[in-house]
Amino acid sequence: MIRRSQRHLGFFAALAHRLSGLLLALFLPAHFLVLGLALEGDTALEGAIRWADQPLVKMAEWGLVVLLTLHLSFGLRVLVLEFMPWRDSRKAMIGLGAAASLFAGLLFLFNLG
Amino acid sequence: MIEARLYLLQRGSAMLLAPLVLIHLGLILYAIGDGLSAAEILGRTRGSFAWAAFYGLFVLAAAVHAPIGLRNLAREWLAWRGRSVDAAALVFGLVLLALGLRAVWAVIGFGIGAGDGA
Amino acid sequence: MTDETLTVEIWRGKDTGRFETYQVPHRQSQTILDVVTWIQRHREPALAYRFACRVGMCGSCAMTVNGRPRWTCRTHVSKVAASGGVRIEPLRNLPRIKDLVTDMTPFFEKWQTARGRFEPSATRSEPMAAIPSDDPERRIVDAGIECINCGVCHAACDVVAWNPDYVGPAALNRAWTLANDQRDGDRAGVLKAVSAAGGCHACHTHGSCVEHCPVGLNPTAGIAGLKRMTLSALLKGGLS
Repeated sequence: MIRRSQRHLGFFAALAHRLSGLLLALFLPAHFLVLGLALEGDTALEGAIRWADQPLVKMAEWGLVVLLTLHLSFGLRVLVLEFMPWRDSRKAMIGLGAAASLFAGLLFLFNLG
Repeated sequence: MIEARLYLLQRGSAMLLAPLVLIHLGLILYAIGDGLSAAEILGRTRGSFAWAAFYGLFVLAAAVHAPIGLRNLAREWLAWRGRSVDAAALVFGLVLLALGLRAVWAVIGFGIGAGDGA
Repeated sequence: MTDETLTVEIWRGKDTGRFETYQVPHRQSQTILDVVTWIQRHREPALAYRFACRVGMCGSCAMTVNGRPRWTCRTHVSKVAASGGVRIEPLRNLPRIKDLVTDMTPFFEKWQTARGRFEPSATRSEPMAAIPSDDPERRIVDAGIECINCGVCHAACDVVAWNPDYVGPAALNRAWTLANDQRDGDRAGVLKAVSAAGGCHACHTHGSCVEHCPVGLNPTAGIAGLKRMTLSALLKGGLS
């Protein structure tokens, strides 16, 4: 539940940052295990990659690219706010981060085709 | 000072991860352009010290960064505090590190002949 | 809407209780504190609330108004009741005493935990330290010193709600002004205090405090400053 007092961009950026981080952390072990298949030879890895050609898995991959960009952008926002002289462009940074994620997501879609 | 040290590790690893993630994203978007294949990935990484260093550093930074974030989340959203959550975060970090380094080892394949099993 | 009546819901009780609804005459330039006072004088003599100066200096009248923490003496009804009703509750993140009154003790105890109090470096018989007002450190102090201790940022902060140890933006803002005060006798002690569990490193830079501070302070920037200061102390081994 999101309270009235939380309805401002900073909170939504932090929420998106945390949730994307959570999902990425959960995905990482699976990512590493799939790449580890190369230990069993190229065919094992190739099999996993062909499995990932299914539309649903491709959609999940698209989601991961968006999540990673989101986490990167909103993480950079935190680093800028905490380690650089304060500027009043906090909200512009959030917009920029969201736009970057959208852009990466679109690039992913175009490149797929 | 444990929280201050974790903060240092968290933000420090973030600063390291930022450029690495940027390159990773760029590579993903470039690589899927003509379809992904094991041969393409392994052709790039097999026997490459540069990629081994890149991904090795990436895995190390991620294994530091992710567990600290999850620990914060567990403490704040699940009210899971104390030594048990610290231990769980540490174990998660070690698992990430082990699986990640194993993955790097697999795609770099030192000691595995190029094209093995293809 | 000068002649209309206003529908006002007010929390009655402590942790358990209910909202009571009152019809209050709406006047021009009416503040939320005016509304609460009208109800207490004309409808509900037992209604408990807190105020003192009525002009935004004392910081005692903060309440939750339509879901947001606000200083009620400087909050006009016309600003918050655009969609009709007004709902008034006690501040969040603090123990409740009765109706709209919260116990501010934990709030001020956290100021102490964060070493949010001045430690003199000279006695009153020594000459007063002369610090030019354009001194860079003094400018930092000036930017944060106008806090009226109202607790609005504390009530708005998500990390305060999630982490019982967190001392909160007001305490850290005060610690930040002291860490930059050349007259303070133990500035290293401030850095140690805010580096403990629940100190500045627990802040996630949501910026809810900046968003809600009624006097326009920026605690998030001060907390970020403390983070940088403590990190450099940590790296130089000055925190232990």
